Amino acid sequence: MARIDLVDLAHSYGGNGTDVESYALKPVTMTWRQGGAYALLGPSGCGKTTLLNLISGILTPSRGKILFDGQDITHLTTQKRNIAQVFQFPVIYDTMTVGQNLAFPLKNRGVPRSEIDKRVAEIARLLDLTQDLDRKATRLTADAKQKISLGRGLVRSDVAAVLFDEPLTVIDPELKWQLRSKLKALHRELDLTMIYVTHDQTEALTFADTVVVMHDGRVVQSGAPADLFEKPAHTFVGYFIGSPGMNIMAAEVRGREARIDGHTLSLSRSYDALPSGARIEIGVRPEFVDVAEPGPGLLAANVERIDDLGRIRFARVRVGDVKFAARVPAGFAPSGSSVGLKFDPSHVHVYADSHLVEGAA
Amino acid sequence: MEKTINNKAWFLVLPVFLLVAFSAIIPLMTVVNYSLQDTFGNNQFFWNGVGWFKELLDPSTDLGGRFLASLWRNLIFSAVILAIEVPLGIVVALSMPRSGWTVALCLVVLALPLLIPWNVVGTIWQIFGRPDIGLLGYVLNRIGIDYNYVSNEFDAWMTVIVMDVWHWTSLVALLCYAGLKSIPDAYYQAAQIDGASRWAVFTAIQLPKMHRVLLIAVLLRFMDSFMIYTEPFVVTGGGPGNSTTFISIELVKIALGQFDLGKAAALSLVYNLIILIVCWVFYTIMTNAGAERRPAKK
Repeated sequence: MARIDLVDLAHSYGGNGTDVESYALKPVTMTWRQGGAYALLGPSGCGKTTLLNLISGILTPSRGKILFDGQDITHLTTQKRNIAQVFQFPVIYDTMTVGQNLAFPLKNRGVPRSEIDKRVAEIARLLDLTQDLDRKATRLTADAKQKISLGRGLVRSDVAAVLFDEPLTVIDPELKWQLRSKLKALHRELDLTMIYVTHDQTEALTFADTVVVMHDGRVVQSGAPADLFEKPAHTFVGYFIGSPGMNIMAAEVRGREARIDGHTLSLSRSYDALPSGARIEIGVRPEFVDVAEPGPGLLAANVERIDDLGRIRFARVRVGDVKFAARVPAGFAPSGSSVGLKFDPSHVHVYADSHLVEGAA
Repeated sequence: MEKTINNKAWFLVLPVFLLVAFSAIIPLMTVVNYSLQDTFGNNQFFWNGVGWFKELLDPSTDLGGRFLASLWRNLIFSAVILAIEVPLGIVVALSMPRSGWTVALCLVVLALPLLIPWNVVGTIWQIFGRPDIGLLGYVLNRIGIDYNYVSNEFDAWMTVIVMDVWHWTSLVALLCYAGLKSIPDAYYQAAQIDGASRWAVFTAIQLPKMHRVLLIAVLLRFMDSFMIYTEPFVVTGGGPGNSTTFISIELVKIALGQFDLGKAAALSLVYNLIILIVCWVFYTIMTNAGAERRPAKK
């Protein structure tokens, strides 16, 4: 158990000489709290696995430092770091029983026999593997094999962190949900720092108390799920999290007003010092835009279709050339294809070059 | 549902049947036929029943004695060959590079001995080991080791064994290398995370994953070494004395030297049967061992 600090950490598979912009992981400085449940979220190829492998020591960073509890471990081998990692596909030692598989990480570290038995029994109980302990691991299903991999990650009580690299990919949906809740429960019970890599926002938001969003090799936002939803720090976060994603559109912003498509929108904060020359956009989640009958003071739009998600309906509309999603209030049915859009000013955010700008009150 | 019966379908099988008949069944039946008869010149045949088989399995007779002695030589030879080539092949495969241009280089160098015809291998070693002009024989004698494969039984055996190791270890190494290459990186990464030592990685990951190719390697090497003929025949001619006379060499002596077709036929049938049985035993043991624990071989 430890706090993990990344200091100006970056990695390039092409070596150190290449341009920073081409790095798989661009320089990042951040802290992972001891005992936190983190999700590392981002699309495929955004650098999440690279970051994970740097922390576990499978990769050595091109630059920067990794500290465990203030101690520099950047150049320690994986074996010497106190870290556990679970991979995307199950890794099973074919010749061993389930019990021997679970005991392997402890046995290699010379933990006494009695202690091993105790830990293995405990982990097997938590993962419902007790009845399989004496069976050959190769004879089990993919689900059970991945549970063994998870078990090997969790069996050491002294690790600085347990890293999960999309561990539930091979598991079928029903069990996936169960295992995720189980991991959450294990996190509370074992008081371990857990970092969970995924590209599935539901998985990330249900597992973690802090979600770290990555995009194109950069950490773009790190915060509680509610923060990511209500105040995305980057347009990518707005668009990647939430379904449908945040509406982003180019606007002219001056003071407390934004002009889109000839229409003036009032904002709840004042933006006087926007960087000049930057690309200014406003972003608003579909949940905070209502469709209404067209009228004065409302942004005019054309409805293309309405998606009924059951508990909520979203209208897909077009404002000029820009696609937009907006909530359809309960009981409302647009009379024609022309509608007006009503914004909730407190949830309209302003972005300069894709980054959130904090307005003045 | 009624089964369609169409006897014309048999005609479709006919070509294969003819091919197999001429390539395997007829020659085999001829051998069976010979094994039950005694032959003299002018194609005279006399019925002998199972007489040759009785004689073959009774070590007190000349035929039985020669068979038993050569059988032991064959078994010892195969055992030594497997005990050296399998571990050595694994070590070679483990120390080969996994990527880069050196891979191609290693593969070509390893494949070279496999491409040389057997009697050429024999000739190479026959000359290589000669004490008067052979590089190996000459150097060994110059540094004070009295080495002469023509007169010393031990030297003859060493030469035949080293020659076989030189010729065939590559096969085991290439098969093992293919087995190693098929192990996903995640296994090595997981082993690192689990704190496994180099030895633990070998016993827990590499050896079990190589199990299938090792089975093939052991079977191939056993069959080939048990049937060995050309190389020892070229190098030692079965000598000195009978010390390197393997069953195949004995067989040729009886069949073509003495022209005892009946004895030779009986011997070759038993020879064939032994190879089949030993391979079956190997196969059964190793497939079962794979399920229970790592393959025990050698």
